[in-house]
Amino acid sequence: MKADFIINGRRESLEFDSRATLLEVLRNSGHREVKSGCENGECGVCTVLLDGIPVNSCMVLAASVIGREVTTIRGLTEDDDTGLSPVQEAFAEAGGIQCGFCTPAKVLVTYSLLSRNPQPSDEDIMNALDGNICRCTGYVKILDSVKLAAEKLKASGKESRKERGK
Amino acid sequence: MAEKISDDFNYVGKPVRKVDSLSLARGEARFTDDYDIQNEVYGVFLYSDIPHGRIREIDTAEALSIDGVIDIFHHGNTPNTLYTSAGQGYPEPSPYDTRLFDSVVRFVGDRVALVVAESEEVAREAAGKIKVNYEELPAVFDYERAEEPDSPRIHADGEFPKIPVAYLPEKNIAAKIDIGFGNIDEGFKEADFIVENTYRMQYASHCATEPHVARAYYDDRGRLTIVTATQVPFHARRIVSMVLGIPISSIRVIKPRIGGGFGGKQEVILEPYVALITVRTGRASRIKLSRKEVFVSSRTRHPMRVRLKTGVKKSGEITALEMDALMNNGAYGSHALTVLSNAGSKVLPLFNKIPSIRFRGETVYTNLPVGGAYRGYGATQGYFAFNQQIDIITRKLGLDIIEYCKKWHIREGETSKIFEALGEGKEGVSQVIKSCKLDECIDRGAAEIGWYEKRGKRRKLDNGWVTGVGMAIGMQGSGIPLIDMGSASIKMNEDGSFNLFIGATDLGTGSDTILAQIAAEVLQVPVDKMIVLSSDTDLTPFDVGAYASSTTYVSGSAVKKCAEKIRKDILEVASQMLGEEVSGLKVKEGTVVSGKTGESVSYSDICTYSLYQGGQHQIQAEASSVMPESPPPFIAQFAEVAVDVETGKVKPLRFVSAVDCGQAINPVLAEGQVEGAVVNGISYALTEEYRFDKKGRMVNPSFGNYKIFTAPDIPEIKTILVESYEETGPFGAKSVGEIAINGPAPAIANAIYDAVGVRLFETPFTPERVFKALKSREE
Repeated sequence: MKADFIINGRRESLEFDSRATLLEVLRNSGHREVKSGCENGECGVCTVLLDGIPVNSCMVLAASVIGREVTTIRGLTEDDDTGLSPVQEAFAEAGGIQCGFCTPAKVLVTYSLLSRNPQPSDEDIMNALDGNICRCTGYVKILDSVKLAAEKLKASGKESRKERGK
Repeated sequence: MAEKISDDFNYVGKPVRKVDSLSLARGEARFTDDYDIQNEVYGVFLYSDIPHGRIREIDTAEALSIDGVIDIFHHGNTPNTLYTSAGQGYPEPSPYDTRLFDSVVRFVGDRVALVVAESEEVAREAAGKIKVNYEELPAVFDYERAEEPDSPRIHADGEFPKIPVAYLPEKNIAAKIDIGFGNIDEGFKEADFIVENTYRMQYASHCATEPHVARAYYDDRGRLTIVTATQVPFHARRIVSMVLGIPISSIRVIKPRIGGGFGGKQEVILEPYVALITVRTGRASRIKLSRKEVFVSSRTRHPMRVRLKTGVKKSGEITALEMDALMNNGAYGSHALTVLSNAGSKVLPLFNKIPSIRFRGETVYTNLPVGGAYRGYGATQGYFAFNQQIDIITRKLGLDIIEYCKKWHIREGETSKIFEALGEGKEGVSQVIKSCKLDECIDRGAAEIGWYEKRGKRRKLDNGWVTGVGMAIGMQGSGIPLIDMGSASIKMNEDGSFNLFIGATDLGTGSDTILAQIAAEVLQVPVDKMIVLSSDTDLTPFDVGAYASSTTYVSGSAVKKCAEKIRKDILEVASQMLGEEVSGLKVKEGTVVSGKTGESVSYSDICTYSLYQGGQHQIQAEASSVMPESPPPFIAQFAEVAVDVETGKVKPLRFVSAVDCGQAINPVLAEGQVEGAVVNGISYALTEEYRFDKKGRMVNPSFGNYKIFTAPDIPEIKTILVESYEETGPFGAKSVGEIAINGPAPAIANAIYDAVGVRLFETPFTPERVFKALKSREE
């Protein structure tokens, strides 16, 4: 079947199998920034935002998201192709990136968390990241990254949020 | 030789951002599965569903008739070369006991056939239509019984190339070690008492978030290109060449970004198969394992039983130590000898004053999943036993374990006979310790955890849980001495930038970054002037790859040497340009400065001059390093846990690691290595395990049923990098990649004992196991 998806604010008309998952449709349409780690909803590396809320794209039927806002990591910097969002900056700076395979997911979860809860406690952060496995960092520098991201977002204030929309 | 302490460095010792962090943060960096490769076919394996059997017949007719199926490979139509999938240096010390496909299957999950189809879906469907007729053979699952005469032999009817190590398949023995020194019997006689215990560790999966994946295609020059998630691109090239009989010159292996390895990708698993598909079909090919396949059919941590017998005097002196290790390699002997030997070689030198030591070990085959390299590499299993044994001894004698460890551990200027006696498939290399700040690690770690305030206090929390603290110490190595080799080449560009080519393999560890920092330090340019390209067998010089905690020390030494050659060349060109002796010149911030006149010339002008004007040549160099020793990093680790005596649940509250890794080239990345290893180690100690049914089938091959720690599970974690300088290492560095995974299990076991007085000799410390131990103590 064929339908219009809204991916990172752009309308993309995509051909897909009615049984396909959102993960499959995204990767097959060139969105390789969305990774695949278990295809069973258990590792979280395929996380995207669906109307701003993190979901495991391997567990979502593509047909069910037609017309809804899908955001991948590329959607965070769409307006500014060379830059990084403050959340991405924070992960790079605080050592939150080792192999980087789970980074797009972690960044999106962080982005979503901080947009709802700009000053999360450590517990809020760890609970938000619960579904996202990382075997490299031991989560310590991920926690640091999220805290740094919160500071950066606070410092850049409303302006940055306005710029990035949503 | 000593360029000293971090304050003098401009680029080393700094938390430089990873060179690939920008592209990773943006999701642009390409992993193996992200390459756009046209006209690709897919390979899907059919696995054995019985633990041991001989294939009488494979009927592929129905599967082949499915639309989109291109071919099906099995033992009847593929090369039957014997090899080892262990990605080790040549000749590998692992037995050659593996074929692409065999007529015998040896565990549930062994490869029977490979379906090649136009899509993954069709390939999976076709794999389900292959009919295999087996003659079932008896199987053995209990590795402690594998050698018994009535246990079936798993590799007894094979032909094996001669390798220069003990290999006794007629007894199910894949490797054997027996070394020692002193007089062990006399030693035990001199002792006032003997402490003898048996410790066991279990199977585990590496759980890299990126599953194993490999692709192959013919490039426009007709060369077979393999893009793969590997820790060992050069070994992969060599093994593919050997297995398929393709010249090395026809093969190019590229490792792009890789989503974690931890040893699991030090194994040449998929590369020969994608190569086979592309050679046979002429088409590009892809195989990606599912998570279940990674659990069952890739590689695991070797389960190990370690018996430790120590003769002890009332003073605490250990008069003799006997370590007896039995390792389960599962169905194939990957890393059979070396993981086993590391249980001794990385552990026994630590208490180097013990006059008599014997280390015996055997690795056996069973009809279970295959062991392989896993961060810690045998030292994890050895230290689990050793650190609990020390806790037991000091408690028995009423000695302070902190002071005891400080009294007996190896020190600077000292050696151990183990270094020489126990190597990797041959004798080891003797060495004298040049840097050891273990005392400081122990003291600072103890202070951080609050050792003396907490030890033995059995503090009760509001919820009734009881707390305790435990410690573990350890050492690892920095590469395999006189075996591991790394190399680098550098060329200069006329804007003052440099291309740094390294064979070394960045698994996410940050080795591309720290190697760039080393070159930047020598050449005194910002790290972003180093353009790093690594792990491409056509473009970069050789490196053994990422294992044995070797990259910083071994490959880093090659990079340093190479950059020094470049610096020499730069100074010579500048000397011509400035009309001054080289001896009066030095490099500073991307320029060469005259000490006499203060006049300077920029790197950009120097390179432009060398390319177009005077003494024309490309400023370039290469260097290799093989190190005559393997200086150990040291660590002291401390756990504080709470135990629920009602249910046996254990919750880690705090975990402290104080590590001497020499000069940390990049402290943030070094801490990241420690923290990642610690959480993996805690998770292994408490929850991770393979569960098998009676037929040897793993029943929990998913993250839902194989519990690894996620963010909310972790305790408060603290890492202390203790200042240290290793004179043989690049800018004082040793290694840090593996060491921190060894302490969590014994430190937690010792903390559980401190809290509730029960000793756990087997991991994982599940509530059931702890509860049972509590109950049996009551009785």
